[in-house]
Amino acid sequence: MDFNFTEEQLMIQQAAKDFAERELLVDVIERDDNAVQSASHIKKLAELGFLGMMTDPKYDGGGMDTVSYVLAMEEISKVDASISVLMSVCNSLVNWGLENFANEFQKEKYLKPLARGEKIGAFLLSEPEAGSDATSQRTTAEDKGDYYLFNGTKNWITNAHLASTYLVIAQTYPDKKHKGINAFIVDKDTPGITLGPHENKMGMRASDTHSVMFNDVKVPKENRIGEDGFGFTFAMKTLDGGRIGIASQALGIASGAFERALKYSRERKAFGTEIFNHQSVAFKLSDMAVKIENARNLCLKAAWLKDQHLPYGTASAMAKQYCADIAMEVTTEAVQIHGGYGYVKEYHVERLMREAKLTQIYEGTSEVQKIIISRSLLK
Amino acid sequence: MKILVCINNVPDTTTKIKFVDNKAFDSAGVQWIINPWDELTLTRAIEMKETQPADIESVTVINVGRADAEASIRKALAIGADNGIRINSDTSDSYSVAFQLSEYIAKEKYDIIFCGIESSDYNGGSVGGMLAEFLAIPSVSSVSMFEIKDGKVVVKREIDGGNETLSVQTPFVLIGQKGIAIEPKIPSMRGIMTARTKQLTVVEGVACNQLIEFVDFDLPKAKAACRKIDAENVKELIDLLHNEAKVI
Amino acid sequence: MSVLVYTENWDGKFKKLSFELISYGKELSKKLNTELVALSIGNVAESELQKLALYGADRIINVNKSELSFFDAQLYNSVLAKVTESVGAKLILFAHNNTGKALSPRLSVSLKAGLATAVIAQPDLTNGFIIRKKVFTSKAFANIKINSDIKILSLLQNSFGLLEDPKNAVIESFDTDMDFSDQKCKLMDVNKVSGKLILTDADIVVSGGRGMKGPENWGPIEELASLLGAATACSRPVADEHWRPHEEHVGQTGKVLSPSLYIACGISGAIQHLGGISNSKYIVAINKDPEAPIFEAADYGIVGDLSKVLPDLITAVKEFKA
Repeated sequence: MDFNFTEEQLMIQQAAKDFAERELLVDVIERDDNAVQSASHIKKLAELGFLGMMTDPKYDGGGMDTVSYVLAMEEISKVDASISVLMSVCNSLVNWGLENFANEFQKEKYLKPLARGEKIGAFLLSEPEAGSDATSQRTTAEDKGDYYLFNGTKNWITNAHLASTYLVIAQTYPDKKHKGINAFIVDKDTPGITLGPHENKMGMRASDTHSVMFNDVKVPKENRIGEDGFGFTFAMKTLDGGRIGIASQALGIASGAFERALKYSRERKAFGTEIFNHQSVAFKLSDMAVKIENARNLCLKAAWLKDQHLPYGTASAMAKQYCADIAMEVTTEAVQIHGGYGYVKEYHVERLMREAKLTQIYEGTSEVQKIIISRSLLK
Repeated sequence: MKILVCINNVPDTTTKIKFVDNKAFDSAGVQWIINPWDELTLTRAIEMKETQPADIESVTVINVGRADAEASIRKALAIGADNGIRINSDTSDSYSVAFQLSEYIAKEKYDIIFCGIESSDYNGGSVGGMLAEFLAIPSVSSVSMFEIKDGKVVVKREIDGGNETLSVQTPFVLIGQKGIAIEPKIPSMRGIMTARTKQLTVVEGVACNQLIEFVDFDLPKAKAACRKIDAENVKELIDLLHNEAKVI
Repeated sequence: MSVLVYTENWDGKFKKLSFELISYGKELSKKLNTELVALSIGNVAESELQKLALYGADRIINVNKSELSFFDAQLYNSVLAKVTESVGAKLILFAHNNTGKALSPRLSVSLKAGLATAVIAQPDLTNGFIIRKKVFTSKAFANIKINSDIKILSLLQNSFGLLEDPKNAVIESFDTDMDFSDQKCKLMDVNKVSGKLILTDADIVVSGGRGMKGPENWGPIEELASLLGAATACSRPVADEHWRPHEEHVGQTGKVLSPSLYIACGISGAIQHLGGISNSKYIVAINKDPEAPIFEAADYGIVGDLSKVLPDLITAVKEFKA
């Protein structure tokens, strides 16, 4: 077993850290307040290759491994989770899904510009009546011979407005249940697609989240991914990897809050000494450090399994559930260590705490992860 | 033009400095980086190559150091340098480093040799000037702007109380400082990937007489606590600055 | 044998650091029982040259050539090497500023002379020639032994001070006997800061950080600086946000200062900033956050709102000056 990172992995980690600290940190509080993302950040993220970092270079990606991706996600999430969720959707859901299951024509046309970061992708699975339960899709993609006709609504769609390429999961044969589901590539500017307003969220407020309505949207037949009825498998396999992205995001939110709390505890004085010297604070930090170490190991283990082409579905569910849950715990404690300062925006930890909450909810709630993990115990 | 950029491998600027028996820097657990001033000048060299490829044929990086400096060289390659050279040596005094560099450069041909104004470790600030004298070519130091206009090199250098714009004939040594580039370039994924196939050559160092030696090191003594003055009574500060510190 | 001091003038007037360098050199030449020679390159009036004798120069060598009106490190170094040889100097002193940094390394190679830069004190001569300097951007000190016959030092400004020691020095004009026809560097434009104190030369510096909230609030900083005869400076974020010009940026990647007094207003004191000011003799910090790390580096501190403290301070300085 080798716990050392390669020189290249460390270089990627440092690049992500430099980008986050130099570019993202400056106005992150204002962006969260105003719920806006900066176009220049996304452009820079694309130029640095973070939007297609794992895609094969033959499709214009960066060709980096999943371990590097975890390291980069952690660093960027320490500062701005609204940006890292965009990065996670592009890398682990859209690009990975296309690279593994789309045909060469589709890859040439859609994956390449996405991997270069020239275009942004979105993954449309959640529905008003079907959050993490992918089997009960109500959005329909009716087979009309020459094309598919889409009707329905997708909810909580990250990058909905920014993206030009949508991957949409929809029901073609309702009577076949989940075996009748298909996955499609849909151009966002296809007539009949409308967006709801930007969601006014508790955390990751800058992240571009909307509902997307399909009203008689015609999609060419060539845009279906894989065999007829492959959609459910496509969604499940893609989400397996997506969980590594969100797990490392939660890890970054936790370690970002921890670093701030540790620094604060060594500067802030109470009762004549730095508060770190009070055991109640030092032990809190000790507990936080252990949780973060565990979380990081789970993320890296799942990433390593994926890189070795070994099964990683359970490992990624464990990472996602644990990282999200400890992110909530660690950020809450970070606010506590900061006391009153933690409750105001200037010190960042209250924002990280709001962001942590979302990681327990999206891309499969912690409860759904426990379903996946517990089922795997019976195999 | 062919550009050579000299880079030093130094402890991260946030490193807590410690010494082993006060005789040598304690490098345990230290993260190493490209010296910040070298990284800025390197960034400018690469920007030039990217924006004016007709003027810049290649950018090579060179380091005098041990094998553990190769991570920094590879980062320079990831940022965009074309190839890298490491002169295998563990000397740390400026004179020996400049001598090693000059011995190598004398055999090659570079039009401009870039150095940072100072290293953040031993703060000698003298490799660039020494190198130029060894090579008997001009040097321009404290350079805060570098451009090539109509094939001619134009630099701006900081003087104490202003700046001067010069045109310089190649070959020469450019000693860069703050301003030459806005901030160091972050390597892209593509850059990191292409660095895998770029050449990193190792050459053996040559012997050099050391004119100076580091006898020992020590850390600053703990500073007396800051004397706080009541915001309502700023007159007291003036009084202290005049009577105690005697600086006004 | 002698001690040679390289002096610098600014439009024909010597900089204060040149007198400091003469004072430092004089102290050393007494210990070494040798004479102190001052070298001036440029167009300086005889009355001004004589000022060098006030601080202890035994001989003053004047090189006044129109070809040397512009600073070319390679040419200047050739002149220096000749002068060194002619006066038999075993120790050459520079200021650790832009000119000293450009020249001293070249001379070190020309003379095979060991060089110690950014020196902060007189050498220890009890066991060889050991010089003390700051390393790791002021986070540590090193003692360096120079083993060569000829030695070169560059002195950090304001680390020694001025000591008068009047001498009757003769001004000697020195003929370089050199061919200046092949100049490789050509001056195209000069941009001198006029009417303003040079930051790296200033004895007192008033500096502002992000805590100043915006460029529109710099009035009191400038007023305080002008009252104290100080230069103005700023922290990196302030320069990055273009609130102030980049020339004012002080810190590890900006200007490194060694004034007698540095007044930091609304500067939190990031380690990179401290790297640029830790050579200051005295640091005053004014900040609303009592936990700001700048107070760890400061000698005197005021915790308070700058919009109130600065005007009060200006009033107090006015009263003091009156």
